[in-house]
Amino acid sequence: MSAQLLTYIFIGLSFALYIGIAIWSRSGTTNEFYVAGGHVHPLANGAATAADWMSAASFLSMAGIIAFEGADGARYLMGWTGGYVLLALLLAPYLRKFAKYTVPDFVGDRYYSQAARLVAVVCVIFISFTYVAGQMRGVGIVFSRFLEVDINLGVVIGMAIVFFYAVLGGMKGITYTQVAQYCVLIFAYLVPAIFISLMLTGNPLPMLGFGSEMVGESGTYLLDKLDGLTAELGMTAFTEGNKSTVDMFFITAALMAGTAGLPHVIVRFFTVPKVRDARISAGYALVFIALLYTTAPAVAAFARINIINNVDGMQYSVAPEWFTKWEDSGLIAWIDKNADGKVQYRGGNALNPVKPAFEDGREASGQRSLSNAPSDSENELYIDRDIIVLAHPEIAGLPNWVIALVAAGGLAAALSTAAGLLLVMSTSISHDLMKKCLMPNISERQELLFARVAAALAVSIAGLLGIYPPGFVAQVVAFAFGLAAASFFPVILLGIFVKRMNREAAIAGMVTGLTFTFSYIVYFKFISPETNNATHWLFGISPEGIGTLGMLINFAVSLFVMRITPPPPQHVQDLVERIRVPR
Amino acid sequence: MDNDKQAYWKANLALMLTLLSVWFFVSFVCGILAVDYLNQFRFFGYKLGFWFSQQGSIYVFVILIFIYVWRMNRLDKQYGVHEDDDT
Repeated sequence: MSAQLLTYIFIGLSFALYIGIAIWSRSGTTNEFYVAGGHVHPLANGAATAADWMSAASFLSMAGIIAFEGADGARYLMGWTGGYVLLALLLAPYLRKFAKYTVPDFVGDRYYSQAARLVAVVCVIFISFTYVAGQMRGVGIVFSRFLEVDINLGVVIGMAIVFFYAVLGGMKGITYTQVAQYCVLIFAYLVPAIFISLMLTGNPLPMLGFGSEMVGESGTYLLDKLDGLTAELGMTAFTEGNKSTVDMFFITAALMAGTAGLPHVIVRFFTVPKVRDARISAGYALVFIALLYTTAPAVAAFARINIINNVDGMQYSVAPEWFTKWEDSGLIAWIDKNADGKVQYRGGNALNPVKPAFEDGREASGQRSLSNAPSDSENELYIDRDIIVLAHPEIAGLPNWVIALVAAGGLAAALSTAAGLLLVMSTSISHDLMKKCLMPNISERQELLFARVAAALAVSIAGLLGIYPPGFVAQVVAFAFGLAAASFFPVILLGIFVKRMNREAAIAGMVTGLTFTFSYIVYFKFISPETNNATHWLFGISPEGIGTLGMLINFAVSLFVMRITPPPPQHVQDLVERIRVPR
Repeated sequence: MDNDKQAYWKANLALMLTLLSVWFFVSFVCGILAVDYLNQFRFFGYKLGFWFSQQGSIYVFVILIFIYVWRMNRLDKQYGVHEDDDT
């Protein structure tokens, strides 16, 4: 059977599964809609958290980024897993004991302030929207390449599915579909990785395989081989980094604190019955996540070797199908600088500007014409990092069903995260904004209706963002973490661990932390992008890592303001005492 | 706060700080600050620093959370603040 037919079958089956689960687990009350009634088994919550958390970025992009960046990719591996240690030890059990529905709920109650609640609502919506737009790009890529349908139609189909189970099922529907999506995505990630690990190293476990010797070259370790290949082609050696130590430190810290402060992850811990369950389900979640995150760097190393071996020196006229198909999708480009008809893969960018701009027509060897100027380097090949995970099974020549499986897995990763984000947005609007601020007298039924309408609205806007992606989305997604690190993480942490922490300090801390982080990012990304390099950065910290400094500023301002303003009222101090113990 | 609860909270903080210092050590020290130094040593087919930053730290994170769960459940029982099994 062709890969395309198999892809239709796999995606069709997985969608049918998600819809079936949604019908079985629809919500009747706000409690079910917001937190699945608080009855989710910790193991199920762990799997759901893992699917919620692992987005199109984790599934599709991360291994690709590591494949090209090598050692520098560690910031994502450590940052996006280390945050769970913070979450498990510092936040999850206490927020579960607090037993409300949302992060703004906690901020509003703990700091006895509607203003603080509103700031939190705005942050939740901003973070979630930037994030959800990235998921839609992932859905679009999978559909356009594997099913050869229009990207827009792909986005619409994806949105229709999410619409169905998020609006109908709320948190309850989302939780159980996420469990199914986790199974689909982890299976889809591991199967090709195991195949390729066996082919290259003979070791079935990819996490061990990439530290093993190469098949047929006994005595040569895979990573040494890769370091040799990359050095030979004038690239940075795979196990060496380009980023400065200080920047790596700050970016990793921002990703960790940001992970712990992301509202759609935190809210998952409101869905389990007990404090004890919140603790253990963070552990399960990290096990499920680690399964993918320890495989990703292996996939990255394998992919880099396979690309170098298959592509460098290849005659374009006999290029394999995957190469020309991805070129047709605009995600691979080749510029024949020395006019020898062979692809030359070297260090540095191939094109100027870096991203390919295609023109109608074909060049001498049949490759697509480009309006880009050739760059100074000898490199002739542009490969979009996002395609590595999807293209790798084809590059390695794996059977068609594996290729179809990966497409279904990519969709599962994107849809599960999108659904979690949409739910958080709708809850913030119906519960925090309408019920707690604007219309406190609405009934439970009305609130549930608002939640559904808000979810429907959020799905539609997310769909529009997928169809008309604003150019800045890719730049902003990573900064959702910086903003979460500079706002929610300190405010929640201090709210739990410092009883004296009060309203004035929380607001001052959030406002300074956010303003600082936001302006730094906007300055380097939008106002003055030409100065966005290490010589101009404050202490050598890139915009990606500035959230860490924003967080430190938030802590400092909060602790200072706290000392010169009155302590919180007695009932708030009692609340803090109460959430510190499980019973 | 009565003495028992205060002692429980202190024990909790001590456990937390111990585990977080391990968390900091494997990721920020072994994986970032000392990565070049550690890279001169080999760990099977990996450079040691590279292994910590792309594999080892993640394994340690998982172990840390399970140690925390195990110790906290014991602390809860010890201080009589554990949740009932039927609620």
